[in-house]
Parts: sequence; C-alpha cells; structure tokens
Amino acid sequence: MSAGWIYNFPFEININLKAIDDAVRAFSVKYEAFFKVITKSLGGLVNSINFVLNKIPWFVLILLVFIVIWRTSNKISKGIIFSSLLFLVGVAGLWNLMNETLSIIIASVVISLLFGFPIGILISTSNRLNKAVRPILDTMQTMPVFVYLIPALLFFGLGKPPAVIATTIYAIVPIIRLTNHGIRQINAEVVEASLAFGSTKLQSLIKVQIPQALPTIMTGVNQTLMMAMAMVVTTSMIGATGLGMEVLIGVNRIEIGRGLVSGSAVVIMAVILDRATQGLVQRSEVKTDGQ
Amino acid sequence: MDNNNDNILSVKNVSKLYGPDKNKAIEMKKSGTNKDLIHKKTGVTIALWDVNLDVKKGEIFVIIGLSGSGKSTLIRCLNMLNKPSSGEILYEGKNIRKFNKKELNEFRRNKISMVFQQFGLMSHRNIIGNVEYGLEVKGMSKEDRHRKAKEMIGLVGLEGHEYEPISSLSGGMMQRVGIARALANDPDILLMDEPFSALDPLVKKDMQFELLTIQKKLDKTIVFITHDINEAFKLGDRVAIMKDGEVIQIDTPEEMSTNPATDYVRDFIDGADKTQVISVRNMMVTPNSIVRKKDNLSYAIRMMRSNGVSSAYVVSQKMKLEGIVTIDDALRANKDGQTISDVLISDIMTTTPDTLLSDILPMAAEARFPIAVIDDDGSIKGIISKAQVLSSII
Repeated sequence: MSAGWIYNFPFEININLKAIDDAVRAFSVKYEAFFKVITKSLGGLVNSINFVLNKIPWFVLILLVFIVIWRTSNKISKGIIFSSLLFLVGVAGLWNLMNETLSIIIASVVISLLFGFPIGILISTSNRLNKAVRPILDTMQTMPVFVYLIPALLFFGLGKPPAVIATTIYAIVPIIRLTNHGIRQINAEVVEASLAFGSTKLQSLIKVQIPQALPTIMTGVNQTLMMAMAMVVTTSMIGATGLGMEVLIGVNRIEIGRGLVSGSAVVIMAVILDRATQGLVQRSEVKTDGQ
Repeated sequence: MDNNNDNILSVKNVSKLYGPDKNKAIEMKKSGTNKDLIHKKTGVTIALWDVNLDVKKGEIFVIIGLSGSGKSTLIRCLNMLNKPSSGEILYEGKNIRKFNKKELNEFRRNKISMVFQQFGLMSHRNIIGNVEYGLEVKGMSKEDRHRKAKEMIGLVGLEGHEYEPISSLSGGMMQRVGIARALANDPDILLMDEPFSALDPLVKKDMQFELLTIQKKLDKTIVFITHDINEAFKLGDRVAIMKDGEVIQIDTPEEMSTNPATDYVRDFIDGADKTQVISVRNMMVTPNSIVRKKDNLSYAIRMMRSNGVSSAYVVSQKMKLEGIVTIDDALRANKDGQTISDVLISDIMTTTPDTLLSDILPMAAEARFPIAVIDDDGSIKGIISKAQVLSSII
C-alpha cells in the first residue's frame, strides 16, 4: 500500500489562472475610460508637483532643509550635515532625478493622507468596522509589492500614475492604523469629559480627540512617508522615472557605481524626510504634554 | 415615592445590563439567581439592578461602594454617558432618557457637569483652556468665557496659574482645574466620580474642606462617588451604599451608623473605620539629632546646635533608645565635666509605629519632647511631635 498521500496532497484543484487574467483584462477594457481619467489626473498631479520642484532654486531647497532640520533638532550641526548631504546629491548630478522621485512621493503621500486620515478616524469610532478593515490592511501591507504592479500596469499603463497608485496602496496603511490607534488610546475620561460638557461628536473629535492623538497621527505621517520611500525602486519597474530607475538600470547592467551613487541619493532623501517629520512628531508631543 | 418638588434628580427602577441575552438574564435575576451565575450562563453582566433614589436640591448625595458595585456606572447614567437598559431618570420631572441629541447636549451644557477620578483634563490645553472648554462648546464668545474661566480659577485658588500647562500641575491642582471646569458652566448638579481618590491624604483633606466651602458658597447639588466611608460621612448629607449593582441603604450618615440596614453595611462602616484611622508609622519623622551614650557632651551640643534643636536622642548599641539630653542640661554638665549618662533623662514617652494616632492623643497633649517611636526591641524608629499628632485630628 502506498503511503504517498501522507507526504503529498492527495488531490489538487486546478485554479484557472488564465480565467483570472482574462477577467482582469476584460475589467480594464470595460472601464478604460474611468481608468484614463484617473491616469490623466494623477499624471497631471505628479507633473505639476515636479514642475514646481524644478522651479525652486537648488540653494533655496538646501537652505530650507538646513533650517527645518536645525529647528526640529535644535542642533546647527545636524542642519549642516543634512544640507551638505543634499548638496552632494546635486553635485552628483542627480538633482532633477531626485525632484522626479520626490514628486511621486509627495503625490502618493498626499493622496494617502487625504484618504487614510478620515478612514482612520472612521474605524476608530466602530469596533465592527475596525475588525472588518484590519485584514484588508494586513493584506495591503503583506501582499508582495510586485503583485500590485501587474494590475496597476494593466489599468494605468506604464509610467508615474501606476507608480503613485502602487505606492499609495502600500503607504496608506500606517496612517490609517496610527490614526485609529491614536484616537483609541486617548484616556477614556478625557473623551468622557468632552462629552459630559455637551460637545457634539464633531466638537469632541476636533477639539479633543484629534489634538490628543496628534503625536501618534504624526508618527503615522512619518511612517507613510517612509513606506512611500521604500517603494521608489520597486515602482521604477513599471516605468516610474527618477532615482529608482537609476538604481534599476545599475542593477540590470551590473553598473555598481551607478547603483551605489543613486542608491545613496535615495537614502539621503529618506533620512532627510524622516528627520524632518520626526521633528513634527516631537513637536506635537510637546504640545500635548502642554509644555 | 412621590415626585417631591425638593427632588432635583430622581432615579426610578434603573437597570443597566451588558451582554447578549438581556431578557433571559432579567428573568433569571427576577427569580433570584445570583449575579455571577447569571454571568456564567448568559454572558450578561448586571451592572445596575433596579436602582431607586432621589437627590434633593442643594444636598451632597454620596454614593459609596466597593469597586464593581456599579457606582461609577450609576453616576454616568445621570448624564447619559451610560445609557440605562431600563428605568427612568428624572431631572426636575423630565425623563432625560427621552431627550434627543440636542436636548441632551443642552442638558449637559447648562444643567449638569462632571468631575473625574483621573481628572479627565486635556493635556493639549493649558489651565484656562480646560476651564473654558464647556463654555466654548456651547458657543460663548472668547471674551466672556475667558472672564468666566478666570473667575472660576480664582474660586478654586489657582489665580495666577491661568496659562500654565496641565503637565506642570500636582494632582491636587489638577483636580482644582477639574472642579473649576465643572463649575464654569454654572450647572445645577455636579457629578463627582471619586474626585479625590487619586490624591494623597493631606491634599485630599484640603480638597474635601474646600469642596464644602464651595458648596456652601454656590449652593450646588452634588452627587459624589467614593469608596472611602469616612469621606462619605464627612461630606454626605445623605449616603447611599451600593453592592453588586443594587442600592442597599440610603440614609444620613448618623442614621446609617446607628441603624445599619444589613450586616454588609455594618461591616462596611466598621471595616472602613479601622483602615482609615492613621497610625503613628505614617506620621513619624526621622529625628535630626541622635547621639550615642558614649559620645562626649561637646559633640552632643554641637549636634543640637547645627540641627537647631533643643534636645537629642541618646542611643546605645543597635539604636536602642536610652533617653534624651536637653541642650540646657548638656551645657551645664559640660562645664562641670560630666558625661551624657549623668544628665540623661530616661523617663520619656514612647510609642510604637503601629499605634493609632487617636490612642496617643492624651500622651501628646502632655508631652514635653517629641514622642519617640520605638520598635519591639527598643530601637528608635522615628519621632512624632505634639504638633503633628494634634494637627491630624483637625
């Protein structure tokens, strides 16, 4: 008697992968007009951000980074270090590519916050909704990123718009989670107090709950930004130009120097954005501490 | 009971249940099943069961019970932070359970306000920002609410601190802010949910005194929750005692202590009394000047001088207390070339750390020196002065 069934599955279902492909394709064809509108507006958004960034003189941006880092860290030395790093990016000839990448990041983060913040507030108000949304958020975060790229490519074509979509799906999760968490962890008596004095739900939310949750929400903004940065190279695979594309080219052609230099530029961007928004977190903490 | 005009709040047959199968739980409760068994069988928690009480205008009505007795749930029903499962809550004859959202907000803005155990202050606002919160949500102009808030801050003794952040305050000050905030709306009724439980005993005493003063001045009706029977008796015009979500007895403190309705009430009063009375251990301080018996007198004199005291405690080995030398005796004896043993006053008053303060009151009244606190083996643990003992009875 063969005991093969113990170690191997006795039967398998043939998943019709072709049917899935076809269905998605058919969907994309059917709603082509809809996707086109989105593609166009996303493209327009990214391009206009890029346009504005390119209009900012390089030294102004470097000065801005210096001031922001200096003010948030209270250390001149840090301001000098980070602005010099940014200077290096320019010297390496990557300034415009950086602006391109930055415009995708900004667009994705703005969209993430625009949707994520209200969603976070909404699910903080209902345990049932929270339970329903949690597995979706888990999936969005754990699904291999490449899987988004395929439908994004199908629906929105090559280039920056699908990159923004894929980045948003990935980066929207922390702002939702941390807004939700921030509001839920407020001392119950503080919320009770706001209601006991006759606040409407909206008053309680705006005057008490959001301000009290601000440090956590700001951490969410920071995390969303970092997640978006993490997608820079991945999205270059669907044609998002910028620093990520440089890294990708470096990898494909085994040009170590090119990969290393543009990779370092990504790191510098990430660190600067992180420190600047960390500063925001600390500021809001100080404010809720009331100091 | 009649709908008496004196009653500002009436709670009638109010029950509050949490859980899935409430009807079944109600049936079981009615047939006399025990609360824990009901919870096990149906998953329903009975937080309040058939509570009836009337609060008279202008009185301090204290609700007392152990944790889990439902007192916090009950007080939250009075402003509908918790919604009762059944029963009526009447404010001046109007059933607040029937209020719509707008009416409820109006009620909360103008008629009733609340003080919380952990203060419930908003850390992103400073003191005045917290005090004016209730006025702000009802749409009072900035100028008016600032003026009103300042007045209230003055009333609770925090003038000059208006713009300080909440995090810089001590617990006592925080609760003053909480009280000022509650009074700012000029409510008829003040709900206080264990407001002084988080404060240390001396601050607590101050706050109780001040609450009585404020109440006299403003003539508010106060519903006060506590688990401390002494606090209940000190503040309450009438006291309701709760157990397992039910009210067992409502009476004046005097009536309750002379005629407790059940053994539970009697135990509660007795048990609480014992724990409440302060023992010597809690009030004693470390003596500044301790000298050994074999030390010379000039050392003892220096010691007393540098500490600014007129007597020193003399110990032998292992801190065993031998007696006292006074500065006068020491100076005289030092001139005559005598030693500490020659001027030692060994006949001094002593007590033990576990003695209740009330038991050493007579001794303290006569004491010439601070009373020495000694352990079973005679070693000195601390001293307690006449002033400390006498001040504790106020």
